[in-house]
Amino acid sequence: MASTGTTTPHAGHADVHEHGAHDLSFWKKYVFSTDHKTIGIQYAVTALCFLLFGFFLMMLMRWQLAFPGKAIPLIGGLFGEGRAPGGTMLPTFYNELGAMHGTIMVFLGIVPLAVGGFGNFVLPLQIGAPDMAFPRINMASYWFFFLGGVTMLLSFIIPPGGAAQSGWTSYAPLSDIAGSGQTWWIMGMVLLITSSLLGAINFIVTTIQLRAPGLSFFRLPFFCWAQFVTAFLLLLAFPPLEAAGVLQLMDRVAGTSFFLPSGLVVSGQALQVSGGGNPLLWQHLFWFLAHPEVYVLILPAMGIVAEIIANNTRKPLFGYRTMVYSLIFLGFMSFIVWAHHMFMTGMGTTMAAFFQTTTMIISIPSVAILTSLIISLWGGSIRFNTPMLFALAFLPMFGIGGLTGLPLGLNITDIPLHDTYYVIGHFHYVVAPGTIFALFAGIYYWYPKATGRKMSETLGRWHFWPSLLLMNGIFMPMFLTGLAGMSRRLADGGATYAFTKPVLHYNQWSSFSAWGLALFQIPFIINFFWSMKNGEKVDSNAWQSTTLEWSAAGSPPGHGNFKTIPTVYRGAYEYSVPGAAKDFTPQDQRS
Amino acid sequence: MSDHAADLKKHVRAYILVFVTLMFLTLVTVAVSTQHLEVHQAIIVALIIATVKGSLVACYFMHLISEKKLILWVMFLTVVFFLVLLAVPAFTVHDRIGR
Amino acid sequence: MSDIPIPYTVAPRPDTGLNNGKIGIWLFLASEVMLFGALFATYILLRTGATVWPHGREFLNIPLATTNTIVLITSSVTMVMAWYSLKMDRFTQFRIYLGLTILCAFGFMFIKYLEYSHKFELGLYPKTNTFLAIYFTMTALHGLHVVGGACVNAYLWGPGAKLWKTDKEQFTNRVENSGLFWHFVDLVWIFLFPVLYLL
Repeated sequence: MASTGTTTPHAGHADVHEHGAHDLSFWKKYVFSTDHKTIGIQYAVTALCFLLFGFFLMMLMRWQLAFPGKAIPLIGGLFGEGRAPGGTMLPTFYNELGAMHGTIMVFLGIVPLAVGGFGNFVLPLQIGAPDMAFPRINMASYWFFFLGGVTMLLSFIIPPGGAAQSGWTSYAPLSDIAGSGQTWWIMGMVLLITSSLLGAINFIVTTIQLRAPGLSFFRLPFFCWAQFVTAFLLLLAFPPLEAAGVLQLMDRVAGTSFFLPSGLVVSGQALQVSGGGNPLLWQHLFWFLAHPEVYVLILPAMGIVAEIIANNTRKPLFGYRTMVYSLIFLGFMSFIVWAHHMFMTGMGTTMAAFFQTTTMIISIPSVAILTSLIISLWGGSIRFNTPMLFALAFLPMFGIGGLTGLPLGLNITDIPLHDTYYVIGHFHYVVAPGTIFALFAGIYYWYPKATGRKMSETLGRWHFWPSLLLMNGIFMPMFLTGLAGMSRRLADGGATYAFTKPVLHYNQWSSFSAWGLALFQIPFIINFFWSMKNGEKVDSNAWQSTTLEWSAAGSPPGHGNFKTIPTVYRGAYEYSVPGAAKDFTPQDQRS
Repeated sequence: MSDHAADLKKHVRAYILVFVTLMFLTLVTVAVSTQHLEVHQAIIVALIIATVKGSLVACYFMHLISEKKLILWVMFLTVVFFLVLLAVPAFTVHDRIGR
Repeated sequence: MSDIPIPYTVAPRPDTGLNNGKIGIWLFLASEVMLFGALFATYILLRTGATVWPHGREFLNIPLATTNTIVLITSSVTMVMAWYSLKMDRFTQFRIYLGLTILCAFGFMFIKYLEYSHKFELGLYPKTNTFLAIYFTMTALHGLHVVGGACVNAYLWGPGAKLWKTDKEQFTNRVENSGLFWHFVDLVWIFLFPVLYLL
């Protein structure tokens, strides 16, 4: 899986890379490249592979949830007696899948695709820069990510413990006393944190320093703003998780008790440790990262959607400045809402009141951005191409995700809902049909810049409509099962609880939708490879867009991006300007 | 930061002055710790001294005092989140129902 | 590397007044502040939640740690003097000051080694109690930073110094950035020393 991540970009790149001015060896050109475009594609393809892998893990889990205790058909024998005797999944295997599904999707799939992939490929082009500020650090960032990913994947086959089993949140003390996979999880996370730290520094410096002449901050495309704020979140929120990782490593390897309280009893045996630690400490340090991380997942998606909506409505974004200010406020607030994940911990009422207040406040800028995007559609002559369809679907999907989050942000309603499938439904609406749809939109939208060809619209529609339907088929029932009280951590899908009986059949709906969703990703995969050779050829401005990446000659542009650094004369979204010759005026066009 | 030699010469004087102050404060903080102050007082005194020393290093050795606005803003933002990170976990632990 | 060179690698950008590397190193230090911030938060949370908390002085060697504080502060001064020497175009003087900085780093690590080995002889390990756990974790992580900084400085003293012949300004910038990291390491110790040893 992982190795295909590095080899696939070459295939896609070989025939379009006609800029042979420098005679770089194959390795320097495609593998250890310092060109931000190549690195972006490396990131994107590797991340797509991880997304697919994480999806496979989830499909296995969905079997167990739909048909608890039944042998997995066809492939059940592949997992060995230790994990699935006779093809029937053991709870420990289910836990491995759950922990790794979360970890892989968040840290190895979406963030690397949204930030590493799109950020790397698009941001320097959009600001008119020849490359990132530190090209070699950029390369190092990708390779740290790659190593981190490999570490995570290998943990499945490293004896004795297999992969981590304590959830993507790795709550202590469970994770402190869990099997060896947890140690590999920490190692992998440290590599990923290093990667994102290097990336974040690079993004911030690039945005501040390498903007083309005339490109003031308020002329930046919204996508750049989103990446800029995201980079700050990564920069400042990740280090506490790194510290937490070090502390947990000490607990596991050196026998300390940072997260182990005194008098802890495990399986009827008192644990032989000094004690005096605090499990709540892990949750604080973890969520100090992981709440901003939620915005790391969503902000780049909003950026992509804003670009595509402005382009396909042929109108300026409604309330660009409001959106930017909302974005900054959102980024700032995301650092002081984290404990709304911790209402269940026995944290006191004063603090709970504080955090539910900040949580309600943070919903305001999110709504402001979403509303601006919706109003942007008003009165536009909309082009319904595939990127636009995905971008439009993002709006209601993210809306459902956001609105179902409100009861979770309030202490009193969170407590009954917190450990149920309601939460799973809520955040998957934000991340899966929300962010992932935006990412698909981005792939369809910037694919012509990377390859010189458009992806097939027909296959795009075969991808979009079933995906939209099936995504809802997976996650909508979860609100019902969750409200009925089905716990989200059970390996048997709640089969043993009498009160979930009336809703249990929804598990099968979800599962069949999930497997169907897998089926309808095939048009996308075919489209992705087929269009490299056979897609409709386009010139360098494939969508008649205003932003600078489309002004750069060639698809992809040569090493160094621009023949000369462009000068910017106008804002990012001058579409349908009255009196202009065309319905779009590129940012580097003088008048 | 100016490149003029005369200005730079002034720097050296500042560095030496800061160095002497830092040494002095190190000895003071050790000396204070041998006095049997109450825990709260000891913590306050030690942290004040450490903050002064830290500020001197940041302002003069790291030239933060004459640094560009951009960097000051970044560090200000970082310090805000740093304080949040220090304070809030401690508050939540001590804000228990029934206390 | 590319057809158009990356701007502002050496000279500052007019509107920010800074070059790329300078912003980069400060952003890195910002993340380091959060890293150590999390450890200090751990210390506060565990200490205020503990029923008994041992005094650092009962376990730890204050004279050695005081010496180490002085060593590190001295190294900070020699570091800034090394940068100053380059600014004044005195390369030999730079080598002496940077050499002293590296020696101080060795001295610091040697004293740390004495402290650690003495603790281990007495049977005091990270797992002994929470205080020692946080003591070892924080000082070890700080020690890693000292080693890292010393490695960068050693590179700039040795092979990296070739750059001085071709691009004085960029080399001076590199020494300045390495120095910023070094002062930060000193700054962390200034807080670690009273927090762990004296309180």
